[in-house]
Amino acid sequence: MSYNARFKVWRGDDRDGELEDFRVEVNDGEVVLDIIHRLQATQTPDLAVRWNCKAGKCGSCSAEINGRPRLMCMTRMSTFAEDEVVSVTPLRTFPVIKDLVTDVSFNYQKALEVPAFAPPADLALGEYRMQQVDVERSQEFRKCIECFLCQDTCHVIRDHEENKEAFAGPRFFIRLAELDMHPLDTRDRKREAQSQHGLGMCNITKCCTEVCPEHIKITDNAIIPMKERVVDTQYDPLVWLGSKIPRRSASAANKALEQGDLAQAELHARDRLRSKPTDPAALLALADSLRGQGRFDEAAKATRTLVDNAGRSRGARLDALTAHVFALLFGIEAGQLSLDRHEDEVAATLQDAQRLASTGTVLAGAHALHHLVHGRLAEAAQHAREAIQWDVDRPRRADDLVTLSEALAGLGQEEESASALREARSLWPDNPRLRTAQDTVRDMGVAAT
Amino acid sequence: MTQIERHTFDVVVIGAGGAGLRAAIEARLQGRRTAIVCKSLFGKAHTVMAEGGAAAAMGNVNPNDNWQVHFRDTMRGGKFLNHWRMAELHAKEAPDRVWELETYGALFDRTKDGKISQRNFGGHEYPRLAHVGDRTGLEMIRTLQQKIVSLQQEDQREYGDAESMVKVFAECTVTDLLKDGDRIAGAVGYLRENGTFVVFEAPTVILATGGIGKSFKVTSNSWEYTGDGHALAMKAGASLLNMEFVQFHPTGMVWPPSVKGILVTESVRGDGGILKNSEDKRFMFDYVPAVFRKQYAETPEEADRWYEDPQNNRRPPELLPRDEVARAINSEVKAGRGSPAGGVFLDIASRLPAEAIRKKLPSMYHQFKELADVDITAEPMEVGPTCHYVMGGIEVDPDTAAAVVPGLFAAGECSGGMHGSNRLGGNSLSDLLVFGRRAGAGASAYIDSLGTARPTVSDRDVEEARRAAEAPFDGDGGENPYTIHSDLQQTMNDLVGIIRKREEMEEALAKLEDLKSRAKRISVAGDKIFNPGWHLALDLTNMLIVSECIARSALIREESRGGHTRDDFPAMSPEWRKVNLVCRPEDEGVRIDQQPLPVMPPELLSLFERDELNKYMTDEELAILPEGNA
Repeated sequence: MSYNARFKVWRGDDRDGELEDFRVEVNDGEVVLDIIHRLQATQTPDLAVRWNCKAGKCGSCSAEINGRPRLMCMTRMSTFAEDEVVSVTPLRTFPVIKDLVTDVSFNYQKALEVPAFAPPADLALGEYRMQQVDVERSQEFRKCIECFLCQDTCHVIRDHEENKEAFAGPRFFIRLAELDMHPLDTRDRKREAQSQHGLGMCNITKCCTEVCPEHIKITDNAIIPMKERVVDTQYDPLVWLGSKIPRRSASAANKALEQGDLAQAELHARDRLRSKPTDPAALLALADSLRGQGRFDEAAKATRTLVDNAGRSRGARLDALTAHVFALLFGIEAGQLSLDRHEDEVAATLQDAQRLASTGTVLAGAHALHHLVHGRLAEAAQHAREAIQWDVDRPRRADDLVTLSEALAGLGQEEESASALREARSLWPDNPRLRTAQDTVRDMGVAAT
Repeated sequence: MTQIERHTFDVVVIGAGGAGLRAAIEARLQGRRTAIVCKSLFGKAHTVMAEGGAAAAMGNVNPNDNWQVHFRDTMRGGKFLNHWRMAELHAKEAPDRVWELETYGALFDRTKDGKISQRNFGGHEYPRLAHVGDRTGLEMIRTLQQKIVSLQQEDQREYGDAESMVKVFAECTVTDLLKDGDRIAGAVGYLRENGTFVVFEAPTVILATGGIGKSFKVTSNSWEYTGDGHALAMKAGASLLNMEFVQFHPTGMVWPPSVKGILVTESVRGDGGILKNSEDKRFMFDYVPAVFRKQYAETPEEADRWYEDPQNNRRPPELLPRDEVARAINSEVKAGRGSPAGGVFLDIASRLPAEAIRKKLPSMYHQFKELADVDITAEPMEVGPTCHYVMGGIEVDPDTAAAVVPGLFAAGECSGGMHGSNRLGGNSLSDLLVFGRRAGAGASAYIDSLGTARPTVSDRDVEEARRAAEAPFDGDGGENPYTIHSDLQQTMNDLVGIIRKREEMEEALAKLEDLKSRAKRISVAGDKIFNPGWHLALDLTNMLIVSECIARSALIREESRGGHTRDDFPAMSPEWRKVNLVCRPEDEGVRIDQQPLPVMPPELLSLFERDELNKYMTDEELAILPEGNA
C-alpha cells in the first residue's frame, strides 16, 4: 500500500528560509524520517537533517511536525490522514544551521554548568553498594536520550532568548534531580537547582513531560519534588532555632524560641505536651530549648518520642531522625549519655536517616560527630569540612564548626582549630557545646581567643 | 582558497562512542591535550544502541565466575580465532573498567546485597552482564560523556578554560590521516556546520569509529557505520584483520519495512522468549551443533526448567551463540517455514505475564509499540538476521592498541582480533572500555617515546586531502551517491551476506569494481554546509574499501567459522584456524596476505579440556599439547 503525500518542509539557514512543498511517496509502515530520507534520495539531495539510530534511542532527529515537537523516527505516517498536509520544521527554540538542523550548543553549555557526580572519596572500585529501590528514582531520569524536545517546548525559553542565560531547562532539572537522588552523591543539588540553574522560573505547566519520548515524568518526579525540598530547606538564616518549627503551628514555645528565651520556650512546650503528648511541633520546640540549655540527655528523650510519632512523610521523618541523632551525639559528647549504651541507637538512627536523605551532605555533620565521639579524628574532620561547605543553617553550621575545631585540635592542627572555634562562637555565642569545646581545645594547648 | 582551521593536540580521538570516550578520558588523565572528533553530536554514538550489557566476571551473581571462565567463553565464541592476548586482557580487566563507571556516576541495576546485578547472555557460562534494564549502552555513553564533562569542569577550575585539555569537535568528519614519513602527523576533516576544513596536528591518532554495517542493506547499524576508521587506517598504510567475519544478529525486526534491521535484544531469549516457525514448532532443538551438545537442553521441558534452576538443567538452545541462531533462522526461512514478512516468530507473549515483560524489557516493549504498533506482551514478533557487528578490524598490538603505523592506535569495533570469528553478546561494551583505556595509555606512552622530535604536517598533504574531499562538487550530471549506496548495499546483502559461495563473491567483486569507477564520477548539488549528499559521497569511498576487504577475504577463507559461512565449505577447518587473513592497501585496491595466528601460551591452553581442543586443532598441534591438556 502506498500513496503520494503532501509535505511542507522548512528549508533555509540562519538568515532566510521558507516552507517548501513536496509530493512524495509513502509506504505502509513508514515514519516521517523515512519520508525525509526519500526526499533526499529522490528530490533534494542536500536537505539537511540529523538522525542516527532510527529507533528512538539516540534523540537526534528532533523536529516539529505539524508544530508539535517530535522525534521524526517515532512519528508513524499512519497517524496522519492520506490527504493531510504534513509540515516538518526545525526546533523553534534553537537557531537554525540549515533546514531541519539547529544549533543545540545551548544544551551542551548547560551540561557543563551542572557539577559532576560527587561520590564519597573513600570508596574503592567495586565497593559501591546501593539498593535497587534507591537507584530506581535516578534511573528514570537517566533514560533521557537528550533529544532536547523538552527544552524546545519549554515556554520559559521558547521565544524568550533573554531567559536562556539563567535557566537550565527541564533536561537539566532531571539531571540535577538524578544526582540529588543518587544514593552516593554528596552535593546539595536542590539548593543549587534553585540558586544556579533557575528552577524557580519553572511554573510547572508540564509541557516538557508531554513531549518526552521516553515518558519521563519530568514535572512530577523531578521538578516538583525538588521545588518542595528547596522550600523545606531554604529559609531566613536569622530566624534560626524557631525556623525548625512549621509556621502553621507557631505556638507560644515557638515564639519564645525565636526571642531566644529558652526557659520560657521549655515551659510553653511542656504545657502543650500535657494536652497532646505527641505533638511534633511541641516536641521539636522542647528538644530545641533543652538542647540550647545544654540538657542533651533530656533533649534526646524528646526527639525519641518525636521519631516514634513522626508519621510517614519523608521530610518529617528525616527531620525527626536528624534531630534525634544530634541530640544523642551531643549527649554522648557531653558525658550525659553513655557511648556504650547508646551506640546501637545512634547507628540505627543515622542509618535510617541516611536512607531517607537524598544526599550525603545532609547528614555529614552527624557523621562527623559520630566519628568524633569514637575518636576517629581524621574522618571527623573530613566529614565536618564537607558539612560546613553546605551549611546555611546558622546553628547547624556553628555546631559543625565546633566538631571540626575539636577534631583538628586532636590532630594537632592548632591554628585551623582555633579559627573554626572563633567562627563557631561568632555564629552562636551561647551554644552550650562551646564550653566543653573550649576546654578540649585549651587542653590541646590551643589559645582559643 | 578555502579557509582552513588549524589545531594542535597530543592525541586526536576519532569517534565518540564508548571506545573513543574511554580513550580520551585516559589520554586526558595522563596529561595529554586531547581532541575528540565525531561525525554526530556528542553523546549520540552508536554505543547507545547496545541493550544487553557489559560482560565482566565480577562474580556478583555467581561467585564461581572469574576471568579464566570469561576468557574460555570468549575463545569458544570466537571459535579459537581470537588473539589470545586480547581475550586475556579483556577478561582480566573488564571488572575494573565496569566498576570505574560507577565512580563516574553510572547506575547499574543492583543485586539484593547492593552490588551490580549481572544477567545471563548467550555464550556466557555464568550471569555476567552488568546492565541497566535494556538500555545499558545509553547508560554507558552518558556516563562517559558526563565524565568528559567533569574533567572539563576540573580544567575550567585549574586553567580557566573548560576546553584547555579536552575539546570535542562534534559533527566534524575526518577525511584523511596525515603522515610525516612513516609516522602519523595528524588528520584533516571538515566541520559540517559551516563546511570549514580543519587540520589537527598531532603525533597520535586513535581510531574508534565503530563498524561497517551501512555497506549492507539489512543492518542494525546507524548511518555513521561506514567503516571510516577501517578505511582511514588502510589509506594510511595500516592493515586490517579478519574482515571476512561479519556478525549477523539473529533477531532483527523484519516488519514494518521502515525499521527492518533494528535489533531485538538477546535478553528477550534470555528471559524466556522462544523461536518458532510458521508450523508453530520450536525449531532450535534441531540446530544444536555437536560442539555445544553438552551444554544445551534436548527437550523443551528441560530448557524451560533452566530459567528457574540453571544449576541443574542445561540451557535452552535459543541461547546458542549468535551465528548458530542466525543460521538456523536462515535455514527455516529458506525451507519455506518463515513468517509472512520473511523471518521467524520470536514469542515471549505466551511465556511471561504482560506485566513481567514490561518490567524486564521496557525499551523493547516501548520500541515495538511505538515503531511498529506491535504489543509484544500480546503477540509474537517477526524477526530475522540483520548485519550487526564486524569482528574484523585494524590490526593492533593487544597491550598498547597500536596499529602498524607509528602513532596510529585503534580500539573498539574498528579494531580486530579480540573477538576472533564471532563476538559474544556483552563482550562489546567491555571491549570498548578495556581497549579504549589501553589505546589512550598506548598513545600517551608513544608520545613519551617521541621526546621533542614531533612529526610535522605537510601543507601539500593538507591541500591534497582538501581537494579530494571537494572533488564531488566538480562538474554536474554525474552519478547520484544515494543510488550507488543503495546498489552497494544490495550487492553486499545478496552476494556477501550471511551465507556465502564462491561464484556469488566473484560476482560481488566484479560489481564492486564497477561501483568504484562509478563512485569516481559522483557529483553532488548544494554547498558544503551540512550537505548529506556530499557527506554520503565521502562515506562511500570508505564503504567501498571496506566492502572489498570483506569480499576478498571471504572468498579466500574456504571454511565456515563464526561470522563467516560458506555454502561450498560448510565445515570448520583446523588448518584455517591457524591463519589470519590480513588486508593491506595496494595500488587502487586491496591485497590479502595469510599470516599465522599468534599461538596461545600453555597456561591459557590448559584452561581447556583436550576434548574441546580436538574440535579446533590440527593433529600436529594436538600431538604437542602440553601436559595440562593431556
